[in-house]
Amino acid sequence: MLEIKNLHVDLEDEEKTILKGVDLSVEAGKVHAIMGPNGSGKSTLSYVLAGRDGYEVTEGSATLDGVDILDMEPEERAAAGLFLAFQYPVEIPGVGNMTFMRTAVNAQRKAKGLDEMSATDFLKMVREKAATLKMDNEMLKRPVNVGFSGGEKKRNEILQMAVLEPKMCILDETDSGLDVDAMKLVAEGVNALRNEGRGFLVITHYQRLLDHIKPDVVHIMSEGRIVKTGGPELALQVEREGYEDIKAEVA
Amino acid sequence: MAALDDTKVKEGVDQETVDAVREMAGTYKHGWETDIEMDYAPKGLTEDIVRLISEKNEEPEWMTEWRLQAYARWLQKEEPDWAMLDYPEVDFQNQYYYARPKSMATKPKSLDEVDPKLLETYAKLGIPLKEQMILAGVEGAEAAPAEGRKVAVDAVFDSVSVGTTFQKELKEAGVIFCSISEAIQNHPELVRKYLGSVVPVSDNFYATLNSAVFSDGSFVYVPPGVRCPMELSTYFRINAENTGQFERTLIIADKGSYVSYLEGCTAPQRDESQLHAAVVEIIVEEDAEVKYSTVQNWYPGNEEGKGGIYNFVTKRADCRGDRAKVMWTQVETGSAVTWKYPSCILRGDDSQGEFYSIAITNNWQQADTGTKMIHLGKNTRSRIVSKGISAGQAQNTYRGLVSMHPKAKNSRNYTQCDSLLIGGKCGAHTVPYIEVKNNSSRVEHEATTSKVDDDQLFYCRQRGMDEEEAVALVVNGFCKDVLQALPMEFAMEAQQLVAISLEGSVG
Repeated sequence: MLEIKNLHVDLEDEEKTILKGVDLSVEAGKVHAIMGPNGSGKSTLSYVLAGRDGYEVTEGSATLDGVDILDMEPEERAAAGLFLAFQYPVEIPGVGNMTFMRTAVNAQRKAKGLDEMSATDFLKMVREKAATLKMDNEMLKRPVNVGFSGGEKKRNEILQMAVLEPKMCILDETDSGLDVDAMKLVAEGVNALRNEGRGFLVITHYQRLLDHIKPDVVHIMSEGRIVKTGGPELALQVEREGYEDIKAEVA
Repeated sequence: MAALDDTKVKEGVDQETVDAVREMAGTYKHGWETDIEMDYAPKGLTEDIVRLISEKNEEPEWMTEWRLQAYARWLQKEEPDWAMLDYPEVDFQNQYYYARPKSMATKPKSLDEVDPKLLETYAKLGIPLKEQMILAGVEGAEAAPAEGRKVAVDAVFDSVSVGTTFQKELKEAGVIFCSISEAIQNHPELVRKYLGSVVPVSDNFYATLNSAVFSDGSFVYVPPGVRCPMELSTYFRINAENTGQFERTLIIADKGSYVSYLEGCTAPQRDESQLHAAVVEIIVEEDAEVKYSTVQNWYPGNEEGKGGIYNFVTKRADCRGDRAKVMWTQVETGSAVTWKYPSCILRGDDSQGEFYSIAITNNWQQADTGTKMIHLGKNTRSRIVSKGISAGQAQNTYRGLVSMHPKAKNSRNYTQCDSLLIGGKCGAHTVPYIEVKNNSSRVEHEATTSKVDDDQLFYCRQRGMDEEEAVALVVNGFCKDVLQALPMEFAMEAQQLVAISLEGSVG
C-alpha cells in the first residue's frame, strides 16, 4: 500500500539532511511501528509523507497504491487516503470541532466527485464514533483542540481518523503526553479501525504504546535510516537494551 | 421580469440570499455597470449645484436653507488627515454631485414605470425575487407567500431612492419606511425635528459635505411601543462614473419600539476612484432598541490598488432615553479607503451601546475604522468587539474612543480588539483612546495580534481542505463573535464574503 524507496530529505532552510535513504513498505491490513531515538527522523518522515512545507526531497520516492504522492498537495494526499494523527494537534479558535470535521469530510467527498453529506447524517455518524472514544457532545461543539487536555487532543485525532476513514494512517507519537488510561482509550480507538484494507504506521519513542496496539512489523530508525526490522519482539528488545545497544549491534 | 416563474417567486428570502451569495465566485462580483441614461448636474460644487439638488428633489425652502448653510460651513472646513490612510488628494470640483436615472426624472407614479434596466440591477444585486417583483410593481406580488423572514427593501441607485417594498404592511404597523426625499415632503415635522440632531451640520468635513449635497437615502420612523414586523433593508449602489454618492439615513425609534436595519453596498469596477460620503443618524428614545447591520462590499480596487471606492462615512446613534439600546454590526470587506466610526452617545441612564466589527483588507486596501462610545448617563454600558484582518499589502487600523463623562457614574465598557495578519507585507494597528472622568466607572481593553499560522493551514489541508478553504475556515473562526451578532441571512452572506475577499491572499 505505502511504498517508500530510498527517500532522502533535506531541511529547506538549513543545509541539513534528515532522511538518508529510507526504505519501507506497509501492506494493507498491517500495522508497522517505527521506533527510534529523538532526532532520528521519525517525525520528519511523517511530515514529508503528509506534504508539510519546509522539506526538500532530494532522492527517492513514496507511493500510495502505486501513485506517487510526493508531488501532490497535502489535501490531495488526504483525499487519496493518507491521514496523519499529529504529535501536536493544532488549535483553531472559533471553529467548532463538528464544523471542522464536516468541512474536511465534504472537501474530501468533493475531491472524489461525491455529494456533500447531509448535516443530520453527519451528526449521527460522528456521535456514534465519538461515543466509542468517550467523547461527549460538549467536546464536539468546542473549538478545535482549544482548551483540550493532552488526552482529549489525541482522542480527537483518532476521532477525525474514524470519521475520515483513511486507507493509510500515520500516527506520530500519539502516546506522548498520555497517561495509561488515556493511552488505553486511544489504542482501543485505533484497534477498532484495524481492518484488511487499512494500513498503519505507528511512530513511537517507547514500547508501551505497542503493548496496546500490537504491531506486525517493528522498524528501528536511527540517523535518517531504518537500521533494523523485525517482529514485535524487537520492540521488547529496545525496552530492555535501549537504542544504543541496537545501534552498536547493527554498526 | 416576465422570466420569473411561479416556483421561483415562492422561494424564501433566505434561500434567495444564500443563492445570490453562492453565485459570487471569483474576484469582485458586483463589478458590472448598468447602461442607463443618466441625468447629471454639471461637475463641481457651488451654491447653485446645492440649490439645484434641492430643487430636483422639490424640497421646501427650509431644506434648501439647511443645505446652503451646510455648504457655507463646508467651504471653511479642511479635510481631516489624522487617520492612518494614504490616498491621492480628492478633487472635490471634479465630481458629479447629482446623477439620476433619466427614467426617474419625474417620479414614477407606480413602480411599473421603473426602467427595466434598474430591475436587472436588483437581480444582480441579489435582492430577493419577491422584493424585486414588488419593486417592479408586479401585481399581487405583496400577497405572494414568502417563506422565512420578510425584509422590506429600499434601493438607492446612485443618488436616488428607486422604490421601497412592503409599504402597506409597514403602514399597518405604523412604521414609516421611505426615501428621505419622500420623508421631507410627507413628514416634514419629523425630519425637521431630527435631521442633524445627532450628526450636526458642521460635525466633520465629510458630514458637512453630505449635509449640503445629499440627494437621497432612507428614512425610518417606528412609533412608540411598536416592534417593526420585519427587517428593513437598504441596498446602495454607485453606478455612474465620477459620481459621488451621498446618502443620508435617518432612523427614529420612538419610546419602547424595536427595529432591525440592514444595509448592503456595491459598486462597479472602475479605474478611477469613486467618492462615497454618507451620514447615518439614529435616534433611540426611552426603552427603544435599534440594531443596525452593514455588509459593506464596495469595489475595493484591483490587485494593483487602482480604482475602488473612497468611503468616508459618519454614523452615529443617540440613546436619548433611559434604557435605550443600540447595536452596530459591520462587516467591511470592500472600498479602497474606509474612514468610518459608527458611534453611540449613551445619554439616557442605563442605556447600552454595542459595536461589533469585522474589517477585512486585502491587496492595497486601507481601513481606519472603529467606534466611539460616549458615556453621559448613569449606569451606561458599552461593548466593543473588533476583528481586523489584513492580507496582501493592506493596512488595517482600529481607532476607538471610550469616554466616561463625570455624570456617567457606575458605567462600564469592555473592548476587545483582535487583529489577524495573513502574509508578511500587511499591517495591523490599534489606536484606542480612553477618557475616564469619574471614579466609579470601569473600562477594560483587551487586544491581540496574531498571524494565520502555517501549522493551522497545514492541519486543515492534511484533513482534505484546499488552501483557500483552510484560510476561510480559520478567518471565519477568528470572526465568530461578530458573525454571531448578525441577522441570520446576513451572517451567511458575510461568511461567504470573508472567504471571497481573501481569495489569493495566500500562496
